[in-house]
Formats: sequence, C-alpha cells, structure tokens
Amino acid sequence: MEAVKSVPMTQEKKNRKLPQKIGMYAMLGIFLVVSIFPFYWMFIGSTNESGKMFTNPPTLLPGTKLVENYQNLNSAIDVSRVLFNSLFVSLLYVVSALIVCSLAAYALAKLEFKGKNLIFTAFLLSMMIPYQATLIPLFQMMSSAGWLNTYFAVIAPQICYPFAIFLLRQNFLAFPTELIEAARLDGASELKIFAKVVMPAMRPSLAAASIFLFMTQWNNFLWPLVVLNDSSMHTFPVALSSLMGLSYIDYGQVMMGVSIATIPIIIFFLVLQKQFISGMLGSAVK
Amino acid sequence: MSRSRLFPYWFLAPALVLFLIFTVYPVAASFILSFQKFEAGSYAFNGLNNYIRLFNDEIFWTALKNTFIIFVFQVPIMLLLAIVLAGALNSQLLKLKGFFRVSFFLPAVTSLVAYSILFSIMLQEEGIINNALSYLGIAAVPWLSDGFWAKASIILAMTWRWTGYNMVIFLAALQNIPEEIYEAASLDGAGKIRQFFHITIPQLKPVILFAGTLSTIGTLQLFDEPFNLTKGGPADSTMTLGLYIYQNGFEYFQFGYASAIAYVVVVLVAILTFIQFKVAGDR
Repeated sequence: MEAVKSVPMTQEKKNRKLPQKIGMYAMLGIFLVVSIFPFYWMFIGSTNESGKMFTNPPTLLPGTKLVENYQNLNSAIDVSRVLFNSLFVSLLYVVSALIVCSLAAYALAKLEFKGKNLIFTAFLLSMMIPYQATLIPLFQMMSSAGWLNTYFAVIAPQICYPFAIFLLRQNFLAFPTELIEAARLDGASELKIFAKVVMPAMRPSLAAASIFLFMTQWNNFLWPLVVLNDSSMHTFPVALSSLMGLSYIDYGQVMMGVSIATIPIIIFFLVLQKQFISGMLGSAVK
Repeated sequence: MSRSRLFPYWFLAPALVLFLIFTVYPVAASFILSFQKFEAGSYAFNGLNNYIRLFNDEIFWTALKNTFIIFVFQVPIMLLLAIVLAGALNSQLLKLKGFFRVSFFLPAVTSLVAYSILFSIMLQEEGIINNALSYLGIAAVPWLSDGFWAKASIILAMTWRWTGYNMVIFLAALQNIPEEIYEAASLDGAGKIRQFFHITIPQLKPVILFAGTLSTIGTLQLFDEPFNLTKGGPADSTMTLGLYIYQNGFEYFQFGYASAIAYVVVVLVAILTFIQFKVAGDR
C-alpha cells in the first residue's frame, strides 16, 4: 500500500527539485572550470612561445614550441639533475619517515609505558609550532656541521613528522590487540610482532601515509631553498623558482617547468586518488 | 617477565631523538637567539632590543597587517566555499559526484611554487584573466602592480589551491550526518538555507574548527605564494611575516632579529588557536 502511495509523491518531489538541481549543476560547473582551467592554460603555455600567453583574444590551442621550450628550460636548469634530486630526496624521506613514524605510532597506540601521554601531547603540540620558529637554528646546525648542500640536510629535520605519527597512531589503534597478545604468547619478539604481524595488516594506511609524506617532500620549498645553494643540488621547486628571478623571463620555458612539476603528480593522483585523499586527510576524519 | 620493560622506549627512541634534536632544541635556541645580537664574530645578549626594534620597524607592521588581512579574508571565504561545495556534492540529487570531487581536489596536489608561478603569469596586466574580463566589459585589473589587488591576487590564488582540500575534509564529515535529520527538518518546513545554518554548520563544528586551525597555522606562515607570486611587492603590500623572516634571516643574515619575528608568529598562532577553540567551545 505504501509503495503505491509513494510513486506520485516522488514524481512530484522530483519536479519540484528540478530548478534546484539546475542551479546546483550550474554552480558546480563554474567551479569545475575554475579548478581545471589553470591546468589547461599551463599546458597551452608550455607548447607556445612567450608572447602567445598575452594575446587578446587568448591563444587557447596548443602550439608547436613544446620541444623548443623544453630545450630552453634544460639550458636554464639541468632538468634531469634537479628532477633526480627531488625524486631521490622524496623517496629517501618516505622510507625513513615511515620507519621512524610507524615505530613511534605503534608504541603510542598499542604499548603501555610511563610518560606515554606526555610524549603524545608533546608531539601534538609541536604540530602547532610554525616552521619559521625552528628555521634559523636548524640552518645554523646544518651549517656548522658542514651539511649544507647535502640530501641529508633536506630530509633530516622532518623525518620525525608529528602529523604522520598522529595519523598512523589512529590507524594502529584499530588493530586488534588480541592478535598482538597471541603472538606474545607464542614467544615472538616485540620487533618481530611489529614487523610480521602488525605492519602487513597496516599496508593500506602505510600506503596512504607514504603518499602524504611524498607530497610533503616533493613540494617542499622554503627549507630546501635555505640549505641548498649549489644549483646542482637544487630540488625541482627551488630550480623552478630561480627561473623567475632571471632578468629576462621566457614564459614558455617557465610554463614548461611548471608543467613538469605538475603533470606527473596529477597522473599519480588520478591513478591513486582514493589513497591520495585518505593520505592527505589521514583517518583524522573518516 | 622475561621481556624487558624498556622495549616501548626502543620503538620511540628514533622519533624522540630526532624530535629533540630537530624540533625541541631549535624552538628553544630560536627563543634564546631572539634576545641576541651578532657582534664582533659572536652572539651577545641584546636584551629586549630585537623586540624594541620590531616595535619601531614599519616593514614589520606592514607584514603583520598584510598577514592579518590575508588571514581574515582568505580563511573564511575558503572555508565557506568548501562547505557549500561539500554540501552540494553530498546531495542526493547529484550525479558524477566522484568526478566533481576529484576535479575540485586537483589544485591541492600541485606544488606551491608551481601554482604561484602559474598564477603570476595568468594575473599579469596583459594576462589571460584580464583578457577574459575584457569580454565581460571589465577594464584591466592591476592584479600584481597595485597594493590592494596584489593582496587580492594572493587570496585568490590561495583559495584556488586550498578550497578543494578543505571540501574533502568537510565532505568526509558530512557523510556522517544522518539523512533523517534533514528529512525531519524538511517535514517541519525548514528550507535549504535554514537547514544549512541550523543543521549542517552546527554538525560540522568540530571539523570546521579542525580545518580552521590548520588554515590559521598555514596562513600565518605564508611564504611560498608571496615569494613566487609577488615577491612581497609592490612596495611591501604583500610582505608577510614568513617572507620578512626569510629576508632578515637569509638575505640580511640578522638571525637574532629574524628569530624575534618568528616568535611573534608563534605567539599569534597560539592566540588565534586559543580564540578559535574558545569560540567553538562556547557555542
């Protein structure tokens, strides 16, 4: 009986909601264009010569200068070298930060010890400390140790990343404690339990955290700018930024650089978007 | 008990050691440095002089004002847009949700340097944005060469970069609000706008606080955008505290003075976060 009654109701409801629906699609459409257009424009710019970016009516189609822009970019900065620097630094960072942070996160989630709350609170509070408050002493430290212009200097200060510890801890909390206790009764060592029982089950969370950590390092700018003054050690964002400091700016070349910095990460994002978003958000908000 | 009671500390040791060396020590050292001055090859105690100098430094006040203006406009505009978009994407009427969500999130994966440079090109006097505006009959806007518009440019760029990111945070939270609440409100005759202000916003309060705190900390440290988009100009109109710290530290090598500015940022973050928690807690 109810089913019969509900049919005309929904139909009427649908008709009433039509204007609302149109309005919503119109709004989302505008935002869609705003979100996507700069990427398209970046691509157009990387295939055209400098002047084409400032014509009216605008040049909206790809040009023929793709290879030339790349060659110009490559003569201004050593593209393969700085890309290698960025990739190497980011991967090294992901591996080291993941090990250090997951060990700490596991201890904070699943082990009992004195001072646990104090340590956790200290990590949480440190997330509120602006980066600039540590910048200068860190630079002095690296400088007096002779570590300026090394990969180590770029990654070391951020290996213990409290936000990553916090996110991983949230995930470790959901792991069944009974399994850990059972493994203990079987006589497994604590490190073995961590490596063989807990970590394999945590793979999706670790993948999400890796993406987050990778992005953080790949896009990092201020700290590498400060500790890397030798251009052969520059990471890609630092090299890219240096292009804008030249007296003559070749915008085609700059757009090519912006594209190289952006397109791989977009492809990476589109393939792994689920893990990407959960990596950015973590499980702080489920 | 054959097992050592110390083993949890072994798990924490690498993180703790790094934390002490690279966070606790620099935070303390920076505080001490803010009372020092580099003189004749070494650091000497300088009393409150760095802070007194700050008080009389016009560029510092400009940077503080600019940072604050950007914060006051950018964060609320962005959070409101993010909530509206999340609300729309959460609606049952909508198809292609996944597509919209991915598209709106896309700006959030770009590097701050790359998008700042991209916007600096688009916002030039003869750039694509002014060209597009000319078709709407709007005269060219001096985006990067006028103090007011340069700040607007930074706000615009930041909003483009971060709205989708916040939208995803809100979307995740919205999906936890039971649909029945909205249905009941509909039956009681509450319109969409009333529902938005009386259900959506209150239900999202903790998440808005979370996103607001992250944005506050981020905006007060603002560096990459002004550095790459406007270089702080014209005439310091986009000079931010973050940029001024960098200039004093790494262009003028006045570490003590730069540390004093850094501590102003620390105090501001603490105050603003405290206020946000207070406001959210009282309601």
